[in-house]
Amino acid sequence: MIALALRNLWRNQRRSATTLLAMMIGMLSILLFGGYSRTVYYGLETDFVGRSGHLQLQRKDYFWFGSGDPQGYSLQNYTELVTEIQQDPVLAPLLRVVTPVLQFGGIAGNFDAGLSKLVIVQGVDVEGQNQLRQWNDYQLAITPELLSIDPAAPDQAEIGIGVARMLQLCTQLALKDCPQAEAGSAAIDAGTLSADITALAATTAQQSSQTSRDQTGARLELLAASTGGAPNVSRLQINRAVTTGAKELDEVYLAMQLKQAQTLLYGEAGQRVTALQIQLQHSADLELARTRLQHLIDSRWQQQPLEVHDFQTLNPAFGQITGMFSAIFGFITILISAIVLFTVGNTMSMAVLERTVEIGTLRTLGLRRSGIRRLFVSEGLLLGLTGAVLGTLLALLLASLINQAGFAWLPPGSSNPVPITIRLWGEHQMLLSISLTVVLVATLSAWWPARRAAQQDVVDALRYV
Amino acid sequence: MSLAQLQHLSKTYALGQLRVQALTDVSLQLQPACFTVLSGPSGSGKTTLLNLIAGIDRPDQGDVRIAGQSLQQLSDNALTDFRARHIGYIFQNFNLLPVLSAFENVEYPLRLNRTPAAQRRKKVQELLDAVGLADKSNHRPNQLSGGQRQRVAIARALVHQPLLVLADEPTANLDSQTGAQIILLMRELQRQQKTAFVFSSHDPQVIASADHLVLLKDGHLQSPQPLQEAV
Ligand SMILES: Nc1ncnc2c1ncn2[C@@H]1O[C@H](COP(=O)(O)OP(=O)(O)O)[C@@H](O)[C@H]1O
Ligand SMILES: [Mg+2]
Repeated sequence: MIALALRNLWRNQRRSATTLLAMMIGMLSILLFGGYSRTVYYGLETDFVGRSGHLQLQRKDYFWFGSGDPQGYSLQNYTELVTEIQQDPVLAPLLRVVTPVLQFGGIAGNFDAGLSKLVIVQGVDVEGQNQLRQWNDYQLAITPELLSIDPAAPDQAEIGIGVARMLQLCTQLALKDCPQAEAGSAAIDAGTLSADITALAATTAQQSSQTSRDQTGARLELLAASTGGAPNVSRLQINRAVTTGAKELDEVYLAMQLKQAQTLLYGEAGQRVTALQIQLQHSADLELARTRLQHLIDSRWQQQPLEVHDFQTLNPAFGQITGMFSAIFGFITILISAIVLFTVGNTMSMAVLERTVEIGTLRTLGLRRSGIRRLFVSEGLLLGLTGAVLGTLLALLLASLINQAGFAWLPPGSSNPVPITIRLWGEHQMLLSISLTVVLVATLSAWWPARRAAQQDVVDALRYV
Repeated sequence: MSLAQLQHLSKTYALGQLRVQALTDVSLQLQPACFTVLSGPSGSGKTTLLNLIAGIDRPDQGDVRIAGQSLQQLSDNALTDFRARHIGYIFQNFNLLPVLSAFENVEYPLRLNRTPAAQRRKKVQELLDAVGLADKSNHRPNQLSGGQRQRVAIARALVHQPLLVLADEPTANLDSQTGAQIILLMRELQRQQKTAFVFSSHDPQVIASADHLVLLKDGHLQSPQPLQEAV
């Protein structure tokens, strides 16, 4: 039966080839887009997981209310939690990094120029954070951007270029593409600053001036509400302004040493953070790790209310972007499927028409209707299989050519340029499901012509001219 | 006992608005191992009658019984299987399957009957030998002459040892010399295999070789009591 189908397809080589070509081009477009989507997913995931870990352990409801009250929604005894996580028999083999972070809002001021800016401060453990950023489980051709803060220099910090621009620190930081503000507006800002804060800043400036006088770069004062609501100021040495890829983020970003941040917020005795960032070796273990953490929260860690969030919840953009790609992918797949449906359907209809007398002959010799149907359906199936195999091979070939060409782009919400790569090799699930779809659609589209062939009256078929 | 009984067969075709009475009340007995020729002018209903006997068409009235089996009572699948087992059909245009070799064309009815491969090979070889095409077994139909094609078709019609072989003007598309050879061949094989043959033709050569002649005109039987019946 298969041999017969194959020979019948071979018989009209040009038509079969045209149909195959249409299927191959269809598969090619689905797979190239799909492979490209994979790259984007992996790029985004690498970026987000590198920035915030796979999971974050937070005080319950910090996610909703925490940034308004980082004191109230902070984690106590976090060093013990870190140790427990690192030594947990279930989590330990999955883990890559566990690192604390203290996030809060503050006002960064270049009080020399009389300028201030609201910032979102990340108090981080520099080494832990840098390790976090080097996650590259998908072996992407990227170099992660590391913090420029020297772990040994407690007052070092880095800011987003937007913060630098607003505080007019561009010259000190040697930033290009950084417009200077009109002189007049700065003067007005200076006037509105509270005298108290200026005084407070001045004292702190005096204290730290000895240590940082000889350094290059810029200086700024960070003002935050400490426990009990009293304002406190930290004087920071800025070495570098970075870009995160998103303007909104660049205009609020400030990263500093965790110790310094804790002192600013809680005083010398403060040992709190807002979250533990937990990074796994592989994203595939995320659910396992989450379940285990939830178990620990419910059993061992009941002295404080905790909850765990994954990077997708923490970064809604991930879901939005991947969702968009999935939607486009689905749309292309449906479109191509429709084209395959009509192409194969048309090819098979023509074959049925051409072979009407042959159908009559086979029926006369004693082939049942179901046999006729099988004959044409297996031709559709064979066309689909051949198209799927050739389409996959063609897509793999083209993908490797594109990958070798080495284009790059900056995906939305990402700070690192990502090379345009089409990730197909190894994506067995996608290759298989798309191939199966094409085979299924081809078989299905042969079904109607096959049915029509089988339903024909034998005598009419024999008399057909 | 006769091999086949045709009882009061009538068949009408609708040609657009028109109704064409292709056969009117045809009753006939066919004897085993008998070479019957169905003759009559073009349009007289020969093909229609053969199709009814072959079980590829159904009469409006009447019934065909072959070896006691009423074809009217069979379902489409059962009738198809009946054809596969008991009927051989030779077409005017040979109707070989173009993608199959001569060997495979002859083999096809055996495949339909699920004959084991070894037996198939033997049987096909035997038939190809009998029709003188042993050396052409790997040729596709388009590599064969008209006469050779019809020989393959004859081998195909006989390979599964059917009760009844039907041939619809098998020499009409051949030159008279080749046609004569084909008739000779069929006559010989029919005697060897003791199969009943029904043949439609208005070729005088064919008519001359008949055991039993049936004449049709405008769908009516012209000689209800032919010669052989009386014997
Ligand atoms: N399938 C059909 N549809 C319509 N008319 C048909 C059909 N088959 C046969 N006929 C008509 O029935 C009559 C008998 O045809 P046929 O049996 O083919 O005669 P013959 O084989 O003797 O030439 C003719 O008038 C023919 O046109
Ligand atoms: Mg005819």
